[in-house]
Amino acid sequence: MSAATIFFAALFYAATAILVAGLAYKVADYFRTPAPLKIPTTPAPTTTGGVVLRMLREVALFESLFKSNLWIWAFGILFHGALLLVLLRHLRYFTEPVWFWVGWVQPFGLYAGFAMVAGLAGLWGRRFVVERIRYISTPSDHLMLALLAGIGLSGLAMKFLMHTDIVAVKAFFLGLMRFDVQPLPSHPGLYIHLTLVALLMIVFPFSKLLHAPGVFFSPSRNQADDPREKRHLAPWAAELEKN
Amino acid sequence: MAAAEFTTPELKDYPAIPALQRDAMAESKPYVASDKINTAIGFPGELVPDWEAKAIGRLGELLKKYRSLKVYLDACVHCGACTDKCHYFLGTGDPKNMPVARQDLLRGVYRRHFTLAGKLFPKLVGATDLTREVLDDWYKYYHQCSECRRCSVFCPYGIDTAEITMAGREILDSIGYGQKYSNEIIGKVHKIGNNLGLPGPALADTLQGVEEDVKEDTGVDVKYPMDVKGAEVLLVTPSADFFAEPHIDSLIGYGKVFHAAGISWTLSSKASEAGNFGMFIGNYDQLRTIALRIREAALELGVKRIVVGECGHAWRVAYSFWNTLTGIGAGANDPFAVQLQSQLDHRYKQPAHICEVTWDLIQRGALKFDKEANDHRIVTFHDSCNVARASRMGDAPGGQFEIPRSIIRAVANHYFEMAPGTTHEATFCCGGGGGVLTDELLELRVKGSMPRMGALKQVVDQHGVNFMATICAICKAQFTKVLPYYKFNRGMVGGVHQLVSTAIKLGSND
Repeated sequence: MSAATIFFAALFYAATAILVAGLAYKVADYFRTPAPLKIPTTPAPTTTGGVVLRMLREVALFESLFKSNLWIWAFGILFHGALLLVLLRHLRYFTEPVWFWVGWVQPFGLYAGFAMVAGLAGLWGRRFVVERIRYISTPSDHLMLALLAGIGLSGLAMKFLMHTDIVAVKAFFLGLMRFDVQPLPSHPGLYIHLTLVALLMIVFPFSKLLHAPGVFFSPSRNQADDPREKRHLAPWAAELEKN
Repeated sequence: MAAAEFTTPELKDYPAIPALQRDAMAESKPYVASDKINTAIGFPGELVPDWEAKAIGRLGELLKKYRSLKVYLDACVHCGACTDKCHYFLGTGDPKNMPVARQDLLRGVYRRHFTLAGKLFPKLVGATDLTREVLDDWYKYYHQCSECRRCSVFCPYGIDTAEITMAGREILDSIGYGQKYSNEIIGKVHKIGNNLGLPGPALADTLQGVEEDVKEDTGVDVKYPMDVKGAEVLLVTPSADFFAEPHIDSLIGYGKVFHAAGISWTLSSKASEAGNFGMFIGNYDQLRTIALRIREAALELGVKRIVVGECGHAWRVAYSFWNTLTGIGAGANDPFAVQLQSQLDHRYKQPAHICEVTWDLIQRGALKFDKEANDHRIVTFHDSCNVARASRMGDAPGGQFEIPRSIIRAVANHYFEMAPGTTHEATFCCGGGGGVLTDELLELRVKGSMPRMGALKQVVDQHGVNFMATICAICKAQFTKVLPYYKFNRGMVGGVHQLVSTAIKLGSND
């Protein structure tokens, strides 16, 4: 067993633990923190079913962003849609036998790799070209894009420039899932790709990537517009009524 | 003190996004509340010595109480979608008036003190310590936000800068660095019962004058009653309606509607104010205490319905918050709320907006109009931000847009919409909402009204519009002040019920 194999095995166990525990903590924290007042951005749905639909449109179609700025919407949906396909394509490394629909996704996931990098390039370009967005960009905003672009490019490189032994890679990850560490192919492209992915998993719960769980907890989007019909009272606000 | 010299922005055919002008509005700040004003409403009199620790402590408390604040401070990805959405940015070009930058003033301190990344790598993630400079930026730029929520419409996560501004102001108040205008008004509403500080006898006098004027004008004895026990409707309206122009013309209109429909109604000297500046300063206790006056008045007077007059933020508080704060509405179980629930008539929405009442009566054929009486007016409608983006009327989403327009069409023949993207949920703030309607912020108010003024100019040029109807006391006061800066007649703003008042036929019910 090479040192690299042991290193990456440990790295992915740690990264997974941090990602899962960190996200669980943040989600529990959002869940526990009350929203004391009804503040949906109106016009808003009046029923829970309507709220579910609004949220679906928001997370699947980026409805508000579409109304807001077509360039950001186009690059954003290109990146996120492509990322979804790429992630689905990667499920083949974690399932045996591979689920049938993951097989169908394979060709789409492949070209989505290019779309993902193109979307990222567009979003990154705006951080330089548009004065307003340049003003608000922090170093971490650039680093996050660099990280994601690095993951995409190193992945594409392994597909099109310098193949790695993906059967062995799959054996490595299936082994990790069964707590039975298998040798990881020695390959610089793979090392870069995996390091960046682990880094992304680690920073997820501490960074603006929290927009992913956050949007579901946004009171302006997830509340039904029914304050006259139903009383909405946070526990700490209910305490005030006892005085 | 005379306001600083400034140039009124030029109105263009197509609204342009301005180039950034750093610190363009760095000198704009409202007067700081005096010791007397602050202590009267329970805030420290002046900036406390250990303000940094206190402010961070207060931020920590708010993070535990408000999910909105916590999620919004975490979720922003700096995508930039909001950067061209704020009327104050469009009017001033100051980058700190971009919603995301305004949020970042607080977010930087949040990251520094409440996140691991900000504690370890402050420079990397834009985390900042709470220096005196940052604190002053909070004071300046959280008073250059009208809490209008336009940015929240366009944010992919619904991040509402109003929530951030409210938290910022709440922290400032908690360390004795509050704003004179809002805090003084809150003191008045506690002490006297309304924002303008009009005592009961003065109100009674004013209402008697209104009755005489209406009698002279129409020959009909329309009553403007106060403190009448057993009336069916308690009308709660912004106190500006009692004396300010053009507000009073809408008050006259409400009275005529009740008269024509034969509904008994009353105003209350105790709850002679619908406005609730507790919301503007983000202070739940103030918000609640001010709202509870309405419940007390309703219980004392034994009314069956509570109706709110033309006021944007008041309608937000009434529609969205009253049920939570006081149990007006349905579902509350403390003794006073239970008593109120048994007293109110639940065939009607509680509370109801005066526009809901009027539109309901129109639909039932209870009101008759002479539409030609408004023929000298070519009307457009300005959606007020708190009505448009933070409340509703009627049964379906968007009723807050349709009902006022339906009323206008029922009482006037000439109506034109302003450009899409400047109305409905994308409406531009008048520039004076959210606690900035004070003369020392005039430059901000004039520049912040620029997007609305541009949209108005289009319909003035194309259709000869000469009357902009609105249903907000702050909008009315703000436009009356800023219209002349853009070469418009200050008299072209007025209320929806001012139009109703002109056209309504009173004779039939007498």
